[in-house]
Amino acid sequence: MPPESLRCKECQNTYPLDARYVCERCFGPLEVAYAPREHVDPDELRRRIQAGPHSIWRYTDFLPVAAPPRGTLPAGWTPLLRADRLADQLGLGELYIKNDAANPTHSFKDRVVSVALARARELGFQTIACASTGNLANAVAAHAAAAGLESYVFIPADLEEQKVLATGVYGTHLVAVRGNYDDVNRLCTELSGEHEWAFVNINMRPYYSEGSKTLAFETVEQLGFQLPDRVVCPIASGSLFTKVARGFEEWIELGLVAGQRPTFNGAQAAGCSPVASAFAAGRDFCKPVKPDTIAKSLAIGNPADGPYALELARASGGSIDSVTDDEIRAGISLLAKTTGIFTETAGGVTVAVLAKLAERGDIDPGERVVAYITGEGLKTLDCARGTFEQWEIEPTVASFEQASERLAAVA
Amino acid sequence: MAVSVKIPTQLREATEGQSEASVDGSTVGEVLDALYARYGELRSRIAEDGGLRRFVNVYVDGEDIRFLDGLNTPVQDGDEVTILPAVAGG
Repeated sequence: MPPESLRCKECQNTYPLDARYVCERCFGPLEVAYAPREHVDPDELRRRIQAGPHSIWRYTDFLPVAAPPRGTLPAGWTPLLRADRLADQLGLGELYIKNDAANPTHSFKDRVVSVALARARELGFQTIACASTGNLANAVAAHAAAAGLESYVFIPADLEEQKVLATGVYGTHLVAVRGNYDDVNRLCTELSGEHEWAFVNINMRPYYSEGSKTLAFETVEQLGFQLPDRVVCPIASGSLFTKVARGFEEWIELGLVAGQRPTFNGAQAAGCSPVASAFAAGRDFCKPVKPDTIAKSLAIGNPADGPYALELARASGGSIDSVTDDEIRAGISLLAKTTGIFTETAGGVTVAVLAKLAERGDIDPGERVVAYITGEGLKTLDCARGTFEQWEIEPTVASFEQASERLAAVA
Repeated sequence: MAVSVKIPTQLREATEGQSEASVDGSTVGEVLDALYARYGELRSRIAEDGGLRRFVNVYVDGEDIRFLDGLNTPVQDGDEVTILPAVAGG
């Protein structure tokens, strides 16, 4: 299924497979179009996938690159964990956590950057760049270092310190912009027109976004070539949300898996919920907002794929919900205490929305549900501060016993 | 009122290669109309039903006009209007 062209999602105009992302005729987004596959033998295709490497490159047949790259950080093939204790707490049946914190730079961004960087090298770029809320910054800096490319990473100046440190360490040109993510994104959109750089989420965005399909492919494969009934995904720009759906659709169309596209539930933070607000109001467009939330990795007030995310949630019988900062902290804690997985704020948003759906009775106990945990708790450590107590004692048995009795009395 | 409009690379084919244009107008809408009058092809690319197509963002001095008064946002002498594709980021 080789990539054939870039095609406008709005007017279907086609372009060559180079570094571009906007239709010059109508300004619509461009997507990779693949040549139709003839005489598909699903069994042969499944065997071919299963013989591949334990990374996203086992799905090279479905990605917009000429060949899998060499000498890069291996992204993907992260665990899909059955979460029975969390399911019990929420009154759900078959629940799985796709833990994408288990990637080289601890978020799903390793997938999309791997694909964008591979294509950028094929196109001859020497420098890659991005506008980032943090996770992407880590991934671009790391993957550029591994590939020996130069990189420029633009972040909002108020980003969590952990994400800043975990970017600078890779030796990138780190640019802190005095403004929010949407300001950074606007600046980078302007810069991308003036520099010969591969901005992974701007001029390379059609390739980059394809990387998120691998989350769907892995889920299907890890479920023994079966589909979930429902997925819960965080929404920032809406790219991950819509491309996970595309991944399921492609494999259903090819006969690699039988069944229907799952129901799609999107998760946003109340402090930045342009897509959830549009869903609730029955609108097919998003009004931009100024983000104010602890979920900084989801703090995109002007979501590029918002209209498509709305379409998907409605067409699949799902919804897009939002949760408060307190609910996000509770979500992080609930996941940690029932699964042993410590997620960042975006994962807290996802778990909190999952809990909300369960409480509302939207999920039938007979459903197979997958929740996508897209990032690592160590990157947003502040959210854990003050949520538990620790005892400090002298290094003596007596001191321990005394503290232990005192705590037992309190409890 | 002379306002400077920054043209994105994707539209420069329609502006004879110009990356910037100075036009008159007292609102964003008037500025864009003046721009369409100069470069006729621009209108069909970014305008629709009297408004803007859904993947077009317009900024006045860096602020998205949807946080201001949309096409009715007033502009002053020396302001900078920027047209950009909306499908970036994330």
